[in-house]
Amino acid sequence: MGENLLAVRDLRAGVEGKEILRGVSLSVGKGETHVLLGPNGSGKTTLMNVLMGHPRYEVYEGNAVFDGEDLLSLPTHERARRGLFLSFQTPEEIPGVTVENMLRTARQAATGKKVGIAAFRKEMAAALEILKMDGDWAGRYLNVGFSGGEKKRTEILQLLTLKPKLALLDETDSGLDVDAVRVVSNGVSAFRTAENACLIITHNAHILSSLSVDGVHVLLDGRIVKSGGAELVEEIGARGYARFLQAEG
Amino acid sequence: MAKSKTYIEDIERTLYDVRDENRPRFRSGTGLSEEIVRDISRRKQDPAWMTELRLASLAVYHETPMPAWGPDLSSLDMDRIATYVQPDAVMAGRWEDVPEEIRGAFDRLGIPEAEKESLAGVGAQYDSEVVYHSIQSSLTKQGVIYTDMETALREHEEIVREHFMKLVPPRDHKFAALHGAVWSGGSFVYVPAGVEVKIPLQSYFRLNAPGAGQFEHTLIIVEKGASLHFIDGCSAPKYNVTNLHAGCVELYVREGARLRYSTIENWSRNMMNLNTKRALVEAGGLIEWVSGSFGSRVSMLYPTSILSGEGARCEFTGVTFAGRGQHLDTGATVLHAAPRTSSVIHTRSISKDGGAAVYRSGVKIAAGAKGAKCSVNCDSLMLDDESRSDTIPVMDVREDDADVGHEAKIGRISDEAIYYLTSRGISEDEARAMIVRGFVEPIAKALPLEYAVEMNNLINLELEGARR
Repeated sequence: MGENLLAVRDLRAGVEGKEILRGVSLSVGKGETHVLLGPNGSGKTTLMNVLMGHPRYEVYEGNAVFDGEDLLSLPTHERARRGLFLSFQTPEEIPGVTVENMLRTARQAATGKKVGIAAFRKEMAAALEILKMDGDWAGRYLNVGFSGGEKKRTEILQLLTLKPKLALLDETDSGLDVDAVRVVSNGVSAFRTAENACLIITHNAHILSSLSVDGVHVLLDGRIVKSGGAELVEEIGARGYARFLQAEG
Repeated sequence: MAKSKTYIEDIERTLYDVRDENRPRFRSGTGLSEEIVRDISRRKQDPAWMTELRLASLAVYHETPMPAWGPDLSSLDMDRIATYVQPDAVMAGRWEDVPEEIRGAFDRLGIPEAEKESLAGVGAQYDSEVVYHSIQSSLTKQGVIYTDMETALREHEEIVREHFMKLVPPRDHKFAALHGAVWSGGSFVYVPAGVEVKIPLQSYFRLNAPGAGQFEHTLIIVEKGASLHFIDGCSAPKYNVTNLHAGCVELYVREGARLRYSTIENWSRNMMNLNTKRALVEAGGLIEWVSGSFGSRVSMLYPTSILSGEGARCEFTGVTFAGRGQHLDTGATVLHAAPRTSSVIHTRSISKDGGAAVYRSGVKIAAGAKGAKCSVNCDSLMLDDESRSDTIPVMDVREDDADVGHEAKIGRISDEAIYYLTSRGISEDEARAMIVRGFVEPIAKALPLEYAVEMNNLINLELEGARR
């Protein structure tokens, strides 16, 4: 195991007093890729939103340490500036704000330095190439009129451009055809280095084909009921969650 | 998590709020009487027909009731408005010749600077009279006329007489009648057939005197196949008494001609802005309106395009920003009176701190206007719960073979959108500003550059609260 990047301890959280996460503990080390599995409604997206600081969620108990700092006391933008990233399942449309404008503003906010337009465009061009997106993409308004697949690729473009320490990917592969999954998967591979990490929510194994998986966690009804290696992905792919549901009951 | 309060800052007004000490040479008595109107007419040495037009307008004014629809105009007391304030200056052709305290006002607004850099001609009106006018000699050689209305009335009387208040007759409404009675100043532009004026002309209107009215008249004629971009800007310092602006703009766009008319209105918050603008567009002609309404306490402004010839077009782009105590009732009106005419109306309005932004449009497609096309798109953004936004579109379609589309959205900044941007490391206040700037982006693109920059500066943010 690499040095801990994220350590979640006994996390209880929910919405309007309704507890959804009922004591989650989870660690992700530097240089690792982890997968979060679980049936719909088990709390996977909630966990990611609580980590990112969605204002609608409340934390009741527990803590999360990210790169040595208490994550949950920071506002969302500070979490992002420290290297946390969330790829949204359904990203928002922001009319009038171009992809490039948003990314350059985000980069400047994170580094506190002015970012030159020419150098930034060059950097983005490399990421666009990996994702097989054409050059004028960056000039389009953020997610406005994008298809589901285009939105997902734009999330990965942001991942490649912002270079966070930990990427939370919430079903970045869902609703994509096989070719698109490969493109997204290549994007995630291009992002991964020994210094960063990924926590991926997925319902299919395709996206994992080009990634080596270091840990798999099964979330059920707000609790992690099983942690293990890559073999868990195949097992659940074949047999579903029945075994864990019984154990739970 | 500590919740801090963010808000979009109010429009920065310091620049406009400087009052200058210019003792007028003459200030009419307040209120409105035949005597005052005759006195203005005498001082301006009107020809007899103009004196008659003024008096006839006055009669209409007296018999026309105040408009009962729209914003509350009860704080407007005509008995307390001076309708004519003559600055102590004669019209100059060089800024050096404009009296210093008046020149100072225009210097601060950057008008002489802009003239050097990006304008082909400039007119500057101070209270009721134009104090400065210039035009590049290359344009004069091509027959382009750009001067103040009084000079036009003397030197081009026939053209003026043929067009003056023919598009906006005094009977149109109460403030058109008032305008006819007491109008003073304004610009006259004549572009001969086939002449393309490539660099914009700009007139700037400054109302410095408290408790006064400004009633400038703008008359522009763009002949066959000619083109022009005209910019007008207006501002005033703030006083505790009500000021009134009831200008009138008449635009004649002949066959195949193009006119872009841009206005940035930044009146102070004691201003009633009741302005009337109208364009007549002949076959194949194009009128483009770009309109920014930021100031005034009350505005009622609905530029009208009469598409009278086959294939005539209108594009209207407008942005309105209503802050505390402001009621800005703006919009556009189009009359499709010929086949294959087309219009596109695109507006954005923002309201905050209890301000009210109302979009009002009227589109009429006359019987026989076959193949006419009209598309209206108006979006409003309310920045808080105490602000108001309304959309009142009226469509009157009397031709079956016409294509009319209308889209309106009223919204707020969504928490999800803020969350999305903050999850990328952008602070909450910057995220809010980005969303507001993005909202007006399509409009900002249409504005002359210096105004686009100014508008972006208006959307500055300030953060309050305990979080930092």
